[in-house]
Amino acid sequence: MPSTAALVSQAFNGLALGSLLALVASGLTIILGTLGVLNFAHGALFAVGAYTAFVMMQATHSFVLALLGGCAIMLIIGFAMERLVIRHFYARPDEDQILVTYGIGIVLVEALRAYFGGNSQRVPVPSWGIGATKLGFMVYPTYRLQLIGIVAALLAGLYLVLYRTSVGLVVRAGIENAGMVGILGIDVRRTFLFVFAVGIVAVGLAGMLYAPVVAVTPDMGASFMVQSFVVIVLGGLGSFPGAVIGGLIAGEIISLTSAFDSAYSEVMLYGLMALVLVARPQGLFGTEGRV
Amino acid sequence: MSLLEVERINTLYGDSHVLFDVSLHVAENEVVALLGRNGAGKTTTLRSLMGVLKPRSGAIRLNGRPIQGLAPARIARAGMQLVPEERAVFGGLTVEENLRVARLTAEKPWPLDRIWEVFPRLKERRTSRGRTLSGGEQQMLSIARALIRDPSLILLDEPFEGLAPLIVQDLVELTKRLAADGRTIVVVEQNVAAVLSFADRVYGFNNGHVVYEGRAADLRADAAPMRGFMGLAA
Repeated sequence: MPSTAALVSQAFNGLALGSLLALVASGLTIILGTLGVLNFAHGALFAVGAYTAFVMMQATHSFVLALLGGCAIMLIIGFAMERLVIRHFYARPDEDQILVTYGIGIVLVEALRAYFGGNSQRVPVPSWGIGATKLGFMVYPTYRLQLIGIVAALLAGLYLVLYRTSVGLVVRAGIENAGMVGILGIDVRRTFLFVFAVGIVAVGLAGMLYAPVVAVTPDMGASFMVQSFVVIVLGGLGSFPGAVIGGLIAGEIISLTSAFDSAYSEVMLYGLMALVLVARPQGLFGTEGRV
Repeated sequence: MSLLEVERINTLYGDSHVLFDVSLHVAENEVVALLGRNGAGKTTTLRSLMGVLKPRSGAIRLNGRPIQGLAPARIARAGMQLVPEERAVFGGLTVEENLRVARLTAEKPWPLDRIWEVFPRLKERRTSRGRTLSGGEQQMLSIARALIRDPSLILLDEPFEGLAPLIVQDLVELTKRLAADGRTIVVVEQNVAAVLSFADRVYGFNNGHVVYEGRAADLRADAAPMRGFMGLAA
């Protein structure tokens, strides 16, 4: 039985992991909800984000500049992916969309491996995040605390965009019925482009912020992608609040179970998903019949 | 000149030919009803006009401008507005948010107060989410969402379907008021008695063809011509 201190520490780890999962899943869920595309390249884009942070840190020696430059790069990647590939698959069957995004994911991961090699890279913790912070009842790595705060601020920003702006209003309407948004005179293609790019920047930012905590490898996004799929099923397909709450629940379940036996952490996650699907098939915040 | 001119449009669902050389015209301030049995091609006609379905051939002009082949968003900005059969209210958005989405790209949108005057019930429910509204309220919201854009032509697809008789009565009165205000409307409806009470002209559809064109007043006086496209019910 782990000590209380170990459990509290794991709960904080769960918060850090959960907030990142929330950010990744938010991008995934608004893309799925609005565009109807399940983006299987999301995990690869998480890794691309982490490598972007690695390259930009080497070039600028500033984590903040690396984040800003990384966002610009992810934005360009998002625009290019939507314009050049995804747009041509909106009207195609689901399996075509899955195959093409899965294919893009493989190309991106292998491109990272070809350029950077298979060995892991390290992104240093930013100078303002080095060391540990005393919380009274325990000592916790400073950067991880900052990570939770930064992701919370990003999610709050995304919330404000979605719920307090006209663009967000269109996106939320589009998640429900993109065809009707078009009938009401709004160019849904432009909205789709915006949503896709925001989703890609969100997952890229998650990768950048996670990079100082782990070894950066081309395959680092694989488990995040699978977990974020579970998160959007838990939270409800297309639901932003669902992605946030689902991400936090998933992060805590994985981390707290790891305190007892890490082999069971994913088992517990899938067990919970199964329970939610039985009790509430549309997910915690989903609407029946959606997507 | 007609506000809407449709010349010999043909629409297909995949390989299935649904509309055959459909032609019709609608003058300004006119209310035109499309009548016919289920599957006759009425809804397909409205969806073809709005650009939701692309006719394979033929021409559609709104205010003299060709609109066939354009995306629904561009057709909406040209002044046409479809109120779809399924209402398509955004369930997660409030009544007011539904209306705000609709007015975003309108050239001269109605102020919300004008909508509340026409639909006091919606004003009471302005902060309620679309999915919590009754069927009648959803239909009002769907019509209000079209009106707030101040379109030159409104397409109403089965506006009274599945609603309680009292609600239908209210909506018929509303449609009559809109017609009296000079709104140009094309309406598809199975409730023939209701629709004939406010329509000016009628097109009868059968198996994707226009088989009848005439004045609603003539059909009110003598329903016999309707047997050809409405079956025994007429």
